[in-house]
Amino acid sequence: MFQIRIHGRGGQGVVTATELLSIAAFMEGAHAQAFPSFGSERTGAPVVAFCRIDDKEIRLREPIVEPDALIVQDATLFKVIDVFHGLKPKGYLLVNTNKSFEELHIADRVAKIPPGHAHATNATAIALKHIGRPLPNAVLLGAFAALTGVVHLKSVAEAIRQQFSGKIGEANVAAATEAYEATEPVAV
Amino acid sequence: MTETTMPPPDTQKLRFYQKGTFTVGNRLVSEAERSVQASIDRSNALTCGHRACQGCGEALGARYAIDAAMRATNRNLVAVNATGCLEVFTTPYPETSWQIPWMHSLFGNAASVAAGVAAAMRVKNRPEVRVIAQGGDGGTTDIGFGCLSGMFERNDDVLYICYDNEAYMNTGVQRSSATPPTARTATTPAVGPQPGNVFGTGKNVPKIAVAHGIPYVATATVADLHDLERKVVRAMGLHGARYIHIHVPCPLGWGSASHDTIRLARLAVESGLFPLFEAEHGAVTGSTKIRKPVPVTEYLKPQRRFAHLFKDHDDARLAQLQAIADRNIAEFNLVDRAEVAS
Amino acid sequence: MLKQAEGSHAMAETIALCRPEVICAYPITPQTHIVEGLGEMVRNGHLKNCEFINVESEFAALSVAIGASAAGARAYTATASQGLLFMAEAIYNASGLGLPIVMTLGNRAIGAPINIWNDHSDAMSMCDAGWMQLFAETNQEALDLHVQAFRLAEELSMPVMVCVDGFILTHAVERLDIPSQEDVDAFLPTYEPVQVLDPAQPISIGAMVGPDAFMEVRFLQHYKQTLALRLLPEFSAEFKRRFGRDSGGLLRTYRAEDADMLVVAMGSINGTIKDTIDEMRAEGLRIGLVTLVAFRPFPTAELRNLLAGRKHVVVIEKSFAVGMGGQLANNVDLALRNTPAAPQVHSVIAGLGGRPVTRASLQRVFLRAEAQPWEGAHFLDLNEDIIGKELHHVRKVRRSGPTAENLLRRLGEARSAVSP
Repeated sequence: MFQIRIHGRGGQGVVTATELLSIAAFMEGAHAQAFPSFGSERTGAPVVAFCRIDDKEIRLREPIVEPDALIVQDATLFKVIDVFHGLKPKGYLLVNTNKSFEELHIADRVAKIPPGHAHATNATAIALKHIGRPLPNAVLLGAFAALTGVVHLKSVAEAIRQQFSGKIGEANVAAATEAYEATEPVAV
Repeated sequence: MTETTMPPPDTQKLRFYQKGTFTVGNRLVSEAERSVQASIDRSNALTCGHRACQGCGEALGARYAIDAAMRATNRNLVAVNATGCLEVFTTPYPETSWQIPWMHSLFGNAASVAAGVAAAMRVKNRPEVRVIAQGGDGGTTDIGFGCLSGMFERNDDVLYICYDNEAYMNTGVQRSSATPPTARTATTPAVGPQPGNVFGTGKNVPKIAVAHGIPYVATATVADLHDLERKVVRAMGLHGARYIHIHVPCPLGWGSASHDTIRLARLAVESGLFPLFEAEHGAVTGSTKIRKPVPVTEYLKPQRRFAHLFKDHDDARLAQLQAIADRNIAEFNLVDRAEVAS
Repeated sequence: MLKQAEGSHAMAETIALCRPEVICAYPITPQTHIVEGLGEMVRNGHLKNCEFINVESEFAALSVAIGASAAGARAYTATASQGLLFMAEAIYNASGLGLPIVMTLGNRAIGAPINIWNDHSDAMSMCDAGWMQLFAETNQEALDLHVQAFRLAEELSMPVMVCVDGFILTHAVERLDIPSQEDVDAFLPTYEPVQVLDPAQPISIGAMVGPDAFMEVRFLQHYKQTLALRLLPEFSAEFKRRFGRDSGGLLRTYRAEDADMLVVAMGSINGTIKDTIDEMRAEGLRIGLVTLVAFRPFPTAELRNLLAGRKHVVVIEKSFAVGMGGQLANNVDLALRNTPAAPQVHSVIAGLGGRPVTRASLQRVFLRAEAQPWEGAHFLDLNEDIIGKELHHVRKVRRSGPTAENLLRRLGEARSAVSP
């Protein structure tokens, strides 16, 4: 089972990100479970959502306490909550930021992550470029596909197109593709 | 689509006991002007054997209203009844005096249940089957108010009939929001500085119904049964949410003689305390004039629930009641200047 | 058809396949997506021959369903928590009148304090009202139970509540098999009412019943519900034949055959318990699980047969009767009443108000049940620190303020003390 925890703020499409990820996994024949950490919904408030991917039925319903991967849609959260809590020793980190890990004051923590498993990408900028809105969720899924190989870009693209029709769908696919191509996959 | 439903084989047949007079069956009146009740072929939806008190205004009103509705709908009618006097005295365990499909659910939900029945009939492709919800003032103006308003707002295809005897009679005469000021009830006793129900409380549900903008609203009374039937028939000729508020004296609760029921209902109208009007889509379309207005005291005196006003010579509060009557007369234009002058 | 879908939406699709004729609902978290889905399907013509009514309260919602059902239409509504309580009078009315209404209950805690998250207190508040109550373990079962619920309700002329954990199931997106219209039609025939409001055959429904016959009426209601003890497994078996999967029935077991300790639970918590059991089995512990699907009628005999002879039974539930204990635990005690060599029953209260239940906590409490059994109900993962502080505060000060606010403040203080 591969467990992903996505952190962000209300309004950034965190929940949608986990749903898209689960759909992508489904399209590849896997079982996937996506659910939010259910807090009161407020734009701007910290939001956490979860996605589990497995090749068999997923029975577990607890929140993801030991993620295999963390996706952080909003880097200001590092100061607010313990984002890294429970991240597995061989886990992945994907951060939406235009800053370095040093500037984010997380370099020490990132040092504990295996080489190549941590990646920063300016997903907001890529989103603005293709979609015209600072919605980094789909973009980060493209980077995630490259970084972990857990899902293929093709599936991510299909999932995006299924949920978002027409131009919006295509714009998100383009953004995700750009992020994918800019991300170094980890040698398996 | 509008077939006449034949009465089921075990319906109780009507019998007119008075023979040898032309008054029975309104035979002195032309056929077109006869009331539904006058006909031996009326549906007799509320048949005899029920346990209403002697002189019950509600039993009288319900009988007229439902038979009129049955004729207007070719006997394609379902009635939903709130808890209350009407429900209790018509279905005394283990009998029922209803000869139509009838349902009692709860005290406050008659309007919603009726809406559900109407929806089912639509879905089952039986639009000819019409629905009436009925209840007393308690079940309509108080506990059923939310559901009533919801039914109005959705414009559900239901005629809601409220039989207003101005208190929770079935449970022992407690005050409702339809109880008139100064009236003695079990929860507004005639003691203290303001004996009886207080001024400045209560709600006028017919006017609230008008404010919902529904297709038809009318007030009616058992003092004018032809008018009552006419209004029910008019209502059944329309679709959407409709409301008829019928004034029904209760000898027990009002402390009046059982033979005075119709007379008191007439005095209520003639004093101006119970205006008769009709409204459609938020606007009053007409009212019934009072030929000779009477002072409110004439209406109040025969009712022991107002006895303390006279015993204590409470002219101030009597004047307040008269003021209410006068306001109604002005608002609904119930009296012609010429008539008053003469 | 396999789909990756949100539980609520998939439920809406499945309920639509059951050909409901009147749907009426009032919004309340967490059932809103179900009713919104159905409303949309009626609007866009996907769900035909169906009236969708926007009501002004939950009391009105069930009342509309009562009227519709009494007039012969297949009626459906959904609610949770506060909404269920708001329609409480109508709940008893529907079952007392014998109307086969199906209702989804998106299990949610009841306030005060107001809480929108999952637990089973709402279902428990109405468990004695004469409705059948079925608890879904997974979203797939949630879909399947609705199909079976309509069949069961109409067969017995008795309403059914399908309980689905709010948020945990309703808002989870997962892989689900939506049945085909053809299969549902074959399983679920048209509604043939036992009683119906019809001008052609007038009847009076809802008359008063006096002391002469009330006991008999209630006995017959109870007897009728016990027929479901036979019908539920029959329908489940028929469902499996047609749809190809296990769903419904009274209960099922997991690794129970040789278990010394059996856990009993309802709803989505069972998934997490199964993973926990696998981990503990790997350590050599003989532990198994009984997943209860039917809470009403309560499968007394079936449970007794399963539990008798075991060493330990751990009942874990997401509800609690203040002043008494866990309702499920008490019902399980009932099943073991007068049973010779009855196991030790341990009552665990978990997940109230949406508190997450983890494998780690479960494992600890299962081990503790054997090693350090307790009296009464054990609250899982209780924050004894803030409780201690509050009790101390209350003893010192008369006007100690609202408990909830005090606890939240202490929690907030504790959190800010931890982060840098």
